[in-house]
Amino acid sequence: MSQLSAAIKSSLLAELRGLLGPDNVLCERADLILYEFDGSVVKGQPEIVAFPHTTEEVSRIVKLANRFQVPIVGRGAGTGLSGGALARSGGLMIVFARMNRILEIDLENRRAVVQPGVVNLDITKAVEQAGFYYAPDPSSQKSCTIGGNVSENSGGPHTLAYGITTNHVTALELVLPNGEIVRIGSKQGDAPGYDLCGLFVGSEGTLALVTEITVKLSRKAEAVKTLLAIYDTVEDASQTVVEITARGITPAACEMIDGWTLVAIEDYIHAGFPRDSAAILLLEVEGLREAAAEQVTAIEDVCNLHHAREVRIAKDDRERDLLWKGRKNAFGAMGRLAPANYVLDGVIPRSKLPQALRKIQDVGQRYGLGIGNIFHAGDGNLHPLVLYDPRKPHDFETAIKAAEEIIRYCVELGGTLTGEHGVGMEKSELMPLLFSDADFDLMRRIHDAFNPDSSLNPGKIFPLSKGCGEIRARQKTQLEVHS
Amino acid sequence: MIATATLAPRLEELLGSANVVSTPEELRRYAVDGVVPSAITKPGSATEVAEIVRFAIAEKLCVIPTGGRTKLGIGRPPDRYDIAIDMTGLNQLAHYDPGDLTLSADAGMTVHALQEAVAANGQFLPLALPFFSETTIGGSIASGIDSVYRRLLGSARDFLIGAEFVDGKGASCKSGGRVVKNVTGYDLHKLFIGSLGTLAVITRLNFRTYTWPETSASQIASFASVENALAFRSILETSGLPFFNLEVLSPGLTAAFAKNLRTKNASAPSAFDSGSWVVYVGWAGNPSVVRRIQNDLEVFTLTCAPTQVEALGGALNSDVHVLFREAFALLCVGSPDTVVLRIVHPRLSPEILRNLSDTASKEGLTGHVLLRPVGVTYFALCAGGGVVNANDQLARVANAAISLLTKTGATYTILQASTPVKASVPLWGPRGTDFALMQSVKRAFDPGNTFAPGRLAEGL
Repeated sequence: MSQLSAAIKSSLLAELRGLLGPDNVLCERADLILYEFDGSVVKGQPEIVAFPHTTEEVSRIVKLANRFQVPIVGRGAGTGLSGGALARSGGLMIVFARMNRILEIDLENRRAVVQPGVVNLDITKAVEQAGFYYAPDPSSQKSCTIGGNVSENSGGPHTLAYGITTNHVTALELVLPNGEIVRIGSKQGDAPGYDLCGLFVGSEGTLALVTEITVKLSRKAEAVKTLLAIYDTVEDASQTVVEITARGITPAACEMIDGWTLVAIEDYIHAGFPRDSAAILLLEVEGLREAAAEQVTAIEDVCNLHHAREVRIAKDDRERDLLWKGRKNAFGAMGRLAPANYVLDGVIPRSKLPQALRKIQDVGQRYGLGIGNIFHAGDGNLHPLVLYDPRKPHDFETAIKAAEEIIRYCVELGGTLTGEHGVGMEKSELMPLLFSDADFDLMRRIHDAFNPDSSLNPGKIFPLSKGCGEIRARQKTQLEVHS
Repeated sequence: MIATATLAPRLEELLGSANVVSTPEELRRYAVDGVVPSAITKPGSATEVAEIVRFAIAEKLCVIPTGGRTKLGIGRPPDRYDIAIDMTGLNQLAHYDPGDLTLSADAGMTVHALQEAVAANGQFLPLALPFFSETTIGGSIASGIDSVYRRLLGSARDFLIGAEFVDGKGASCKSGGRVVKNVTGYDLHKLFIGSLGTLAVITRLNFRTYTWPETSASQIASFASVENALAFRSILETSGLPFFNLEVLSPGLTAAFAKNLRTKNASAPSAFDSGSWVVYVGWAGNPSVVRRIQNDLEVFTLTCAPTQVEALGGALNSDVHVLFREAFALLCVGSPDTVVLRIVHPRLSPEILRNLSDTASKEGLTGHVLLRPVGVTYFALCAGGGVVNANDQLARVANAAISLLTKTGATYTILQASTPVKASVPLWGPRGTDFALMQSVKRAFDPGNTFAPGRLAEGL
């Protein structure tokens, strides 16, 4: 059902086609369906999709949308896991897929300047021959875009040692909700004044559209060792993580997968994971040869102390790549266990990992749902996958309730709602678990300083149901008008 | 607005007389660039901080939060300054989870006390900062001052994970949390780094901690020319070796450093007396890692033909480390006729460095250079005792240096200058399109312009 009036839609389409050419504008329902999903359980369909090629085009599209009072949402590859790049209020979606050029590679200063539609892994591919790479590595890095990563402040397995997207961005070009083009930060970093990059990275497209990104390039480590530790109990695996953290050992990555999930991955990927274990840890250490060797020894000691059945070290790059292929494609493998799943992203203090995993198991049993665990154990970032069948009556609602109980428990343990997927529209109603009215009031003032009409990505981050006065009212009105 | 004479009594009603000071002598100790407050408040809790802020908002007064008052010289003179909020009464380690490597500390806790508290568990915070014993956690973050651990462990934005603060409406707010990975809500706490107290009064800060390496070592090497020193640094930077410290000093600065060590009855590396450019490099880790770096470094050093090389062990290793940690303090303290520019440029060439020095010497001033990691350079202009109209000369040379630097694409801020010099030298480079965004951020945090107005820049 159309939410824009026919007259507005027709006029806007005509102007967009004039601006971008007909091949860069979509409005047919069959086309729009492709843009109503991301990787989350929510959806929202845009009414028009536009594909700019330049920053100036983005600016002109924004001004055009403002003239017609049409809400805008930016989108990269649509791999997000929180509904951040969905058109909750209908309107116009700006897809950055065709702004996908690497504009500059400056190896001497370890920087790359890229357009937002560049795929994460393509930066690494462009510089790896010279011994460099781009560190943040979301599991979707073969398809997700840097613009999306910046909006969501994406993480990945190796962010345990190297930090998330915000730690690797030094400058941004933005198109503000009024169409103005501005630059923040600097190529070297450390620009005078407030750290605006720190604010805009992770603002989920609610403050501005990102049209150019300067990222840091990291040097590849001299030595990389990948370990697979196999356990007969989840408790032992989680206690291993607690002790590794407490001893101050910082592996580059420390991932946990439970046994139930491993079988599904093995059936799908054949990565060499055991089919009969309760859990595995996939650990990686990097650095100088001497440092890596000592870390391997230290980690093996901890694994053995906590009754690892076996600790394998990948013999070569092929074996290492296969193990990581298993990990990074794990979410896809879950399709073998159920037709749908809801991926959570709660974070807990790392010392609380054992009780958090016990809670997840308990929740799964009580709600009668399968819950797989594939997650970044080293930084306490849980990814319980709550499996459900959307064809069964009430199964989805039950999954949502189970998920909410797990997230509430994360917060009770001193943790948070989301470690790398963002709040989006999926977790916005849970925000009052963490934030007070005063916190929301300040965040609203920041939001309104840049996006006073909520024309950009409305209905995200802030809860619609309670706690956030004016912005709630404004967004609700917008949603009601469009629904 | 309340009359100055009745301000202290009103504040005493709020906080008790023991927590409000207004004697002229004490007020002068809290002055910022000669602007003296009318009262000093000493809150003991975040609730009291919020009460003071709400009082100031209601009375249309301006406040400046202070800690150890070691870096109040950074920034512009405030447009207005009525109440100092001395945060040193909020000085507790609120949460510390050694097993999680996270902590939460009150803003008024000194960096030194915090480091001592976590050292008991073999941990540290990568904040090795000037004025180490007196500086507070809140003041350090608000000043944005560089840590010597920055090359390897990043700046505060890489390990500050959350904050509690009072905003410009007098409300107690928070951002982030106490877990190491968190993208819930806007990352407001990052805005406080280097904000000079213009956005909020920080009451508590959350950090991730790190484990001390088993052992450390360092080396000083001197070179016949700046070209050779920078070539050596370049080799080390591209070596892939994880050096904690990598700094280059100009000849005059080495002499000042040597003098400082000797006044404390410590020995100084002989390279400091060489009158040459010096490269200081420090590293740490397990014994095998430290040995490996030592071996590789020896090879790199030989290829660059230093005039002297000295491995620093034992007390000298730690004394020199402290010297570099305190570099900014050493440049500022005891020399009011000094201007310190913090320049950001990926690699200043020998020619630019020579031109900077020439700019100073032409006016009879001394220019010291300290090339720090990640593209940061401190350039200090010193007038010395005998110079007449030092402020005029310093301002003229600073402006000439700035003109030179901006042509290279460098950005800069002024870390230290007398108030008259600040009045005639832009404390930043040219305003970019982002300045209006910064003003929007300031208005959002502080709609009444209550916090340190104008300290960061005109209009911020």
